[in-house]
Amino acid sequence: MKPLDPRTAPSFPIAASVLVHDQQIRANVRHATDVIQAKRARVVAEMPDWEALREAGKRIREHTMHHLDAYLLQFEENCTRAGGHVHWARTAAEAQSIVVSLAQQFTGTQREVIKIKSMTTEEIHLNRALESAGIRPTETDLAELIIQLGHDQPSHIIVPALHKNRIQIRELFEREMHLPGLGTTPEDLTEAARTHLREKFLRIDTAVSGANFLIAETGGICIVESEGNGRMCLTLPKTLITIAGIDKVLPRFQDLEVMLQTLPRSATGERMNPYNSIWTGTHPTDGPRNFHVILLDNGRTNVLADEVGRQTLHCIRCAACMNVCPVYRQTGGHAYGSVYAGPIGAILTPQLLNLENAQSLPFASSLCGACYEVCPVKINIPEVLVHLRSRIVTNKSSGMARFSPESLGLQLGAWSFRSERRLRLMQRLARIASSVLARKDARGDYWINWLPGMLGNWTRSRDLRAIPSQTFRDWWESEGKNGVKAQHKGDAQ
Amino acid sequence: MRVSLFITCYNDTLFPEALQAVVQLLRRLGHTVEVPPGQTCCGQMHLNSGYHAEALPLLPRFVEQFRNAEVIVVPSSSCVAAMREHYPAMARELEQTGDHPTLAAGLNNLLPRVFEFSEFLTKKLGLTDVGAYYPHRVTYHASCHGLRSLNLGDGPESLLRSVRGIDLVPLDNKDTCCGFGGTFAIKNPDVSAAMLADKTACIRATGAALCTATDTSCLMHIAGGLHRHDAPTQTLHLAQILAATEEDAQ
Repeated sequence: MKPLDPRTAPSFPIAASVLVHDQQIRANVRHATDVIQAKRARVVAEMPDWEALREAGKRIREHTMHHLDAYLLQFEENCTRAGGHVHWARTAAEAQSIVVSLAQQFTGTQREVIKIKSMTTEEIHLNRALESAGIRPTETDLAELIIQLGHDQPSHIIVPALHKNRIQIRELFEREMHLPGLGTTPEDLTEAARTHLREKFLRIDTAVSGANFLIAETGGICIVESEGNGRMCLTLPKTLITIAGIDKVLPRFQDLEVMLQTLPRSATGERMNPYNSIWTGTHPTDGPRNFHVILLDNGRTNVLADEVGRQTLHCIRCAACMNVCPVYRQTGGHAYGSVYAGPIGAILTPQLLNLENAQSLPFASSLCGACYEVCPVKINIPEVLVHLRSRIVTNKSSGMARFSPESLGLQLGAWSFRSERRLRLMQRLARIASSVLARKDARGDYWINWLPGMLGNWTRSRDLRAIPSQTFRDWWESEGKNGVKAQHKGDAQ
Repeated sequence: MRVSLFITCYNDTLFPEALQAVVQLLRRLGHTVEVPPGQTCCGQMHLNSGYHAEALPLLPRFVEQFRNAEVIVVPSSSCVAAMREHYPAMARELEQTGDHPTLAAGLNNLLPRVFEFSEFLTKKLGLTDVGAYYPHRVTYHASCHGLRSLNLGDGPESLLRSVRGIDLVPLDNKDTCCGFGGTFAIKNPDVSAAMLADKTACIRATGAALCTATDTSCLMHIAGGLHRHDAPTQTLHLAQILAATEEDAQ
């Protein structure tokens, strides 16, 4: 399967229309997100200062973004001083070519790299670039391994294989690892993955990683993980190549005090990650001897330039917003056509592409606000969604889209709200249309079960109560203002 | 108190009985009710759909219509949320055009006097028992904007718990969105319908005769799903339950 690419993916409603009917995926996504949500709720509830931590996280990220240029240069200076090499990549293509040339230089005849889960490498389609250059990447995160072996696409940034269940994973491992009769317990499956990966950890000399945080003050890099595969990749190979978005920087080591409390609780519902690795440059007697960091822009400075949208860069990739999102929970991640799915994906993906692609994503939300409520750095996702919708509509307003049924309908609405007289006219017209379309039901009430055009999207799966014969306005004018009590009682409609 | 009602465009057109219940209850509680005649719409649908420019002229109209109000009561949590979230920035934007030199000041003066209906009862008047009688099994759906934008919290349910004769049953996942989301229901019909199916399944499982909420837009969506599948549960705005009395029942 091709990697997720928001530039060519179908629009969200089209992709979602297929996925909402995939009962297996929906059941898997629902089960997994239910489990993670419940764990998160438990460990968040036990924190008396949770709201203060969220506020602190927000302030740290806000401050960082205001001084991003300075902190990135500080990171480069300190990382270089500690023995690392820092590269700057403006685009995905630049980052790919830097990594490929480093891998060619360091893998020698081995032509293989091991990888610790990195959504940034998925963003830039690094695996495909490495394979084209004859270098074989092996994912070592259990979920990423499942995706790679199954030629599948990630559907979640923390639990990329959350759309697969244990039975499906067992079948995949049995086939791809040649393990006939493999059991289905979690122990059976993790043991299979462990054996499969251990040989690679011991043999392969070059690793590619992502990063959770870059620490400007020390030049260090922090990765948190649960399986220990990260620790293997970060310590065993001779060469380590790390790819990080420029948004991953933190000013001070002390800022981890906040982030390492909020991130694990929000992401996996753990108080602390089992493995927390922080490394700074190279050391002559331990760990990788060659250490390279690629700082990736790939559209992030576009996001930074937008006063409302820039808070998107505060994200620390915990995925709490996905787990809680009632839209994501119906479709899973693939409907978003991007490695970044769910509410954060709906605002990050189109901004990274300067709103030239993925224009359906900001509309893929009912604006219920559940994402904002759980975000550990208080990104006001609904605010950004609405802001991006407005930018998209404005961009289209000079073209033919101005004459789409949606646009004409909303312009007509806006026209009618400009005066009470116009509104009354529209109400009369709507009532006439309703009286033509409405049918009497078994209770004797009038309901509409078919509407034309786009409005038919409503009546495909719901009815609409007929418009009453008198508006409130008219009732108020004729009776209400004189103190006449309405005939409607508190009875059921 | 002198209460000015902002009736909202869709309640005016589609749910006059909810507004009539608001009038009835407020009068019963001893307040006078006014309905400024030139009012139209808060602009929520346009704002949330990206039609920001189209929504802008609605703000000066709102401020003009309600300038002299003592309090403004709005029986729609999503409309109040739109006003609180968007109006201050819209006022600044309009002031910069030079056509509305006092708009921001007028709005600042007005916004603290805008209350969602249940919020007016619980927070402004400090009431939970409004003397209602409603002998039916009822379940409550927490509309997203009331819950997360207005922080209504337990307010609406505290009002319901004080209703005499009511059999108030809890709704599973009451704080999960019903899938309406304004134009979302039209633009993303499959996902919206799937969300609605989850919501109506939870409602039907309560065995309630009625589902209530602070927003008739959610209820219009929920009722549409229930009616399509001939479910026995019907929907009613919170005000219609609170307006009911023993006298009505006789």
